Amino acid sequence: MADITFTLNGERITLREEPNLRFLDVLREKLNHTGAKEGCGEGECGACAILLDGHIVNSCLLPLASVDGRDVVTIEGYRMTERYQMLEKAFIEEGAVQCGICTPGMMIAAESMLRENPDPTDEEIRHGLAGNLCRCTGYNMIIAAIRRAAKEGEGLW
Amino acid sequence: MKKQDISRSIEKVDSREKISGAAAFTSDIKLDGMHYAKSVRSPIPRGRIKQVNLPSLPKGYVVVDHRDIPGENVVKMIHDDWPVFPKTEVAYIGEPILLVVGPDKEKVAELADAVEIEFEELEPTFGFTNSAIDLHYDKGDPDRAFETAARTVSYEYETGYQDQAYIEPQGFVGYLDEGTYTLVGSIQCPYYVKNAVLATMAADEDDVRVIQAPVGGAFGGKEEFPSLTATQLAVALRKVQKPIKFIYEREEDMIATTKRHPSKVRMEAALDENNNIQGLRAHVGLDGGAYLGLSGVVLSRGMLAATNAYTIDNVWVDGDVYVTNTVPNGAFRGFGAPQMIFAIEMFIHHVAKEVGEDTYTFRTRHQVSQGDLTSTGGVYRDPIILDEMSKKAEEISDYHRKRKEYEDPDTFKGIGMSWFLHGCGFTGSGEQEKIKARVKLKKDADGTVRILVAAVDMGQGPKTTFRKLVADVLDLPLEQVLFPYPDTRYVPDSGPTVASRTMMVVGGLLARAAKDLKESWREGEVQEAMQRYKQPDYIEWDQDRMKGDAYPAYSWGVNVVEVEVSKVTYEVDIKHVWSVYDLGKAIDERIVLGQADGGQAQGVVGLGYLEVMEHEGGALKQKNLTDYIIPTAVDMPKTENHIMDNPYPLGPYGAKGVGELTLVGGPPAVALAIEQAIGRRVRKAPVTPEYIMELIHNG
Repeated sequence: MADITFTLNGERITLREEPNLRFLDVLREKLNHTGAKEGCGEGECGACAILLDGHIVNSCLLPLASVDGRDVVTIEGYRMTERYQMLEKAFIEEGAVQCGICTPGMMIAAESMLRENPDPTDEEIRHGLAGNLCRCTGYNMIIAAIRRAAKEGEGLW
Repeated sequence: MKKQDISRSIEKVDSREKISGAAAFTSDIKLDGMHYAKSVRSPIPRGRIKQVNLPSLPKGYVVVDHRDIPGENVVKMIHDDWPVFPKTEVAYIGEPILLVVGPDKEKVAELADAVEIEFEELEPTFGFTNSAIDLHYDKGDPDRAFETAARTVSYEYETGYQDQAYIEPQGFVGYLDEGTYTLVGSIQCPYYVKNAVLATMAADEDDVRVIQAPVGGAFGGKEEFPSLTATQLAVALRKVQKPIKFIYEREEDMIATTKRHPSKVRMEAALDENNNIQGLRAHVGLDGGAYLGLSGVVLSRGMLAATNAYTIDNVWVDGDVYVTNTVPNGAFRGFGAPQMIFAIEMFIHHVAKEVGEDTYTFRTRHQVSQGDLTSTGGVYRDPIILDEMSKKAEEISDYHRKRKEYEDPDTFKGIGMSWFLHGCGFTGSGEQEKIKARVKLKKDADGTVRILVAAVDMGQGPKTTFRKLVADVLDLPLEQVLFPYPDTRYVPDSGPTVASRTMMVVGGLLARAAKDLKESWREGEVQEAMQRYKQPDYIEWDQDRMKGDAYPAYSWGVNVVEVEVSKVTYEVDIKHVWSVYDLGKAIDERIVLGQADGGQAQGVVGLGYLEVMEHEGGALKQKNLTDYIIPTAVDMPKTENHIMDNPYPLGPYGAKGVGELTLVGGPPAVALAIEQAIGRRVRKAPVTPEYIMELIHNG
């Protein structure tokens, strides 16, 4: 057991837990944050993506100890932001959501990408999403949504 | 006020809860006192169970196996060969033998690992030798067509395994609610699950309740397999009497759940002196895996597509399902048709090349027209607009110019085109005799209308399109029409969510129920409207001889794919896909376009090129998403999709089937493009760089 302190969606929290627990399990089982999903458990699908100090990370590969002293944003926190609203609107308008299991991870990937590159080309969007698998959409509508959000949300990122 | 065209897209009703992560998928559900279940699996492809050595089980932890089954130890589907828990023999690597159940997930996993099972190993069977189901049909006089042929041409084709690779693995949460087995899960067919559990638990109708949770992708993979996990879970619930969560990990899902059948198809054409195909013989072989499951029906759909979008007067088609000691194969979007359409599309080209004819002219000459007889002697009754569709596809892809340009072998570029059909709904009289779909609309006193059907939204959109459809017929705002997640306690059996039947068949019944309700509408009263499937009078189908109208309607498609093959690595850059579809009428255009892109990702890119799965001695070599490669955003080409209106008189607003159509023609389109790029005849899908190298080196 160890005390692990981090910021979760803007709120500072301390947990006394085994430091080698998977952070995804901590989020889902202990903190009731189920927006991050488990698709593969091996860092391949990106359904469990979160933002760690602003960068996308697969929480299924992340030991709890690694978040100590850092800033974590999950989809539960991200959905309170203006950027989220912009992406949400674009995802809806472009038909980027089918079954929805990958979608929270896609939103996190989009945020992480746009933060680094607010005006990405289609090719850059494709590469930015390469760590997130979607089996329903064939990605093109997700790519269109991110392109639209970047354009309509100019200045937000 | 003039109504808007039904095809005009609206916001998908469940987008927001899915984007925000708020939608509660099965694994997101938590219940008080929840226990966890984990399978112990066979490490060998075939053997007798000699002894099970359990670790010492702490209080509250139990093992559940075949001895705990109160009813039939059979997963009730079509055949009785698939056990809920094997009693004496295992038949494939990964077969679940027993469950460990207990309150702590880690402890359960630890105990499951510690279970030791002694086996007497038996000689396993692999390959296309041990036939368990054989089917046949013929049309015209194929013997004579071959006797009088000026020449014959024959080829063999193969396709490999494909995993559905839904991002959400299989799973259920179950609990006993005043003695009722209540199962909430990621499923396509609530009533398949319910009926299977009824048989295994020897329970009464009211003692089993199945509820659909949001489904994180299915593609056929959650058609029959959940009947196995649900029956196992029900047996465990009976023993443990606590809520249980039973979720597969990715690797379990990969090694143990149903896949697309690997196929071998042999084709032989009898040509007359003008190079017209006067006869076709085909043999379709499917590797069924360890248990039959739905394999016979998959074989049948495959065989029925033997002539695809061509009219051939004399046809002889045989097919076999081979039982092997490998993972059972089953439903996957397309259901046997992709394997067959790959074979026939490649074959038509190969025959043309063999006789030295232009492939395009050769195909066009054999193309089906309205009024022609189908492969089984039924009639294509409705207008076929394939000419218009292929013209459109050629125009938007610049097909003919590119086809000519890429004849230069130095370009290593190619363009390929497939055209294809997909039969909508169940085969033959299946809807009438087996499924007997019923739907219900319920109106509350305040005028709210509830859609009560067992059709599942697994991403393809019926939560939106059914509400849109019913609201449109009733002239109500969308908000006044609700479609709760199917719960067998409340919804009638409208059939499984399969076979591209959801909109055409279930939606068709809903539209009729809505019309009835509209006509009898009384303000302030509670009202119900029911509809039951009735087969169109003109359909005649002889199941034993496989003769007559195999499907009430067909959807049609054209795919064009352009590729460039690397001269160094033989990797294929799929540059662009252009598609034109006739699905009657789109109930929501954007949803249909989403199906198109998704189907192409699985068909063109996945089954056509990228997705490789093989077994060695019954052990799958690809066990997770790291080594089973599905398309990423980088692999997916740009697409351009066109939807043509060609309303089907019996479909709601003219709608026919959509979901599978968008996949089935993909593999031959990309294979034909690669064939042009490398100047070799392709006879296998996926057309991997290794296979391309083999073709190039062996000439």
